[in-house]
Amino acid sequence: MRYMTAQSAKAAAMALAEEPGKSRVLAGGTDLLVQMKAGNLAVDLVIDIKQIPGIRDITAEAGGFRIGAAVANSELREHAGVCKMWPGVVEAAGLIGSTQVQGRCTMAGNLCNGSPAGDAVPALVAADAQVRIEGPDGVRNVAVLDIPAGPGKTTLTKAEIVTSILLPARPARSGDAYLRFIPRTEMDIAVASAAVSLTLDAAGAVTAARVSLGAVAPKVLLVDAAAKAIIGTKLDDAALAALAMACEAACNPIDDKRGTIAFRTSTAGVLARRAAKIAYDRAQSAANDKGAK
Amino acid sequence: MKSLHVSTTINGDPVEFICDPDEPLLDVLRNRLHLTGAKEGCGTGDCGACSITLNGRLVCSCLVLGAEAQGAEISTIEGMADGEQLHPLQRAFIDGAAFQCGVCTPGILVAAKALLEKNASPSDEEVRYWLAGNLCRCTGYDKIIAAVQVAAAEMRGA
Repeated sequence: MRYMTAQSAKAAAMALAEEPGKSRVLAGGTDLLVQMKAGNLAVDLVIDIKQIPGIRDITAEAGGFRIGAAVANSELREHAGVCKMWPGVVEAAGLIGSTQVQGRCTMAGNLCNGSPAGDAVPALVAADAQVRIEGPDGVRNVAVLDIPAGPGKTTLTKAEIVTSILLPARPARSGDAYLRFIPRTEMDIAVASAAVSLTLDAAGAVTAARVSLGAVAPKVLLVDAAAKAIIGTKLDDAALAALAMACEAACNPIDDKRGTIAFRTSTAGVLARRAAKIAYDRAQSAANDKGAK
Repeated sequence: MKSLHVSTTINGDPVEFICDPDEPLLDVLRNRLHLTGAKEGCGTGDCGACSITLNGRLVCSCLVLGAEAQGAEISTIEGMADGEQLHPLQRAFIDGAAFQCGVCTPGILVAAKALLEKNASPSDEEVRYWLAGNLCRCTGYDKIIAAVQVAAAEMRGA
């Protein structure tokens, strides 16, 4: 195996393009090193992207935040601005692994690892985050939703790297939340998860919403029908029931030792309800903080 | 494969080593530098017995390549005591019988020290969640939590 440190995204892309064997990008390494150790991944070239200028930075952009692909989740959680604007994204990213894993792991890595249960992904989808990708031919920006291609797979080409994730600006009275079910108390893989991001009007009715489910399909889901079920409502019981039903209908999970199809499906609906309520409360608090009327 | 030459700082001392590109930092510490305090409990980042800090961040050394230590500041359990003077956490663990076989202990001490540097007054629940990535098969964790709190109180009062 060879190890190189890329000094620019372009250099990383070129190295990936030119490598005839198996190459992997290294940021946090908390998935990569485990896979290498397990022996089912004979990597020929590891490209460490942590030295690329800006790739470890969080910068305010267009009213939101651009988060470099190599920002460790422990660092993300210490950023007051991101925590305030996107608490659901931060709590999702913050659930990955342990304190030690948090010292290294990244949202971009969680996304690119392609696990259907990756915790950061549903929250990023609900946030409508955009991924900046750099390849030998230049830069493109893609919705997070368009990155997963199936278990362990992404739509990135061999020579592309993610350089940053953009969390967009928030209208006033907005909130997001992420919840997952795991059998243990911590340090486990999501059996089902739900992320909700929503915006309210002055009267407290939902004007916009995105509902995303994880670990219940080969890829993360964006459930339009669930969002539609709560738009125009104040999350009354009927709206929440419709939200849960729409979520259940969208699920396409597997049966395995972590959970049955039936359990994952019903849990996804329950988590979506709870996440919607938390996001709603956060949206109202955000309005109160800003003194909005 | 071609070896790499790495220059780093460990417990305040400049250190240089040679390693394979795919060699974890844990293996470098134990096998090349004879800093055997960090233990390999799992090798996959689940047990925390290999915990160190890297540039001030608590990490599993089994999840870091030796190559990634280039230019970094690393702290291991070997750097916790000040010469012959044990750290309050170390004394609290001895006095409170917070270890049995001791395999998890270096990792737990490094992790607990990182916690108290960030939060000098953690609740028991905060200690437990912070230490969720440090597994112990012997003690049942109770005396560990108690010892961390004893040390925390001393460090606040001192």
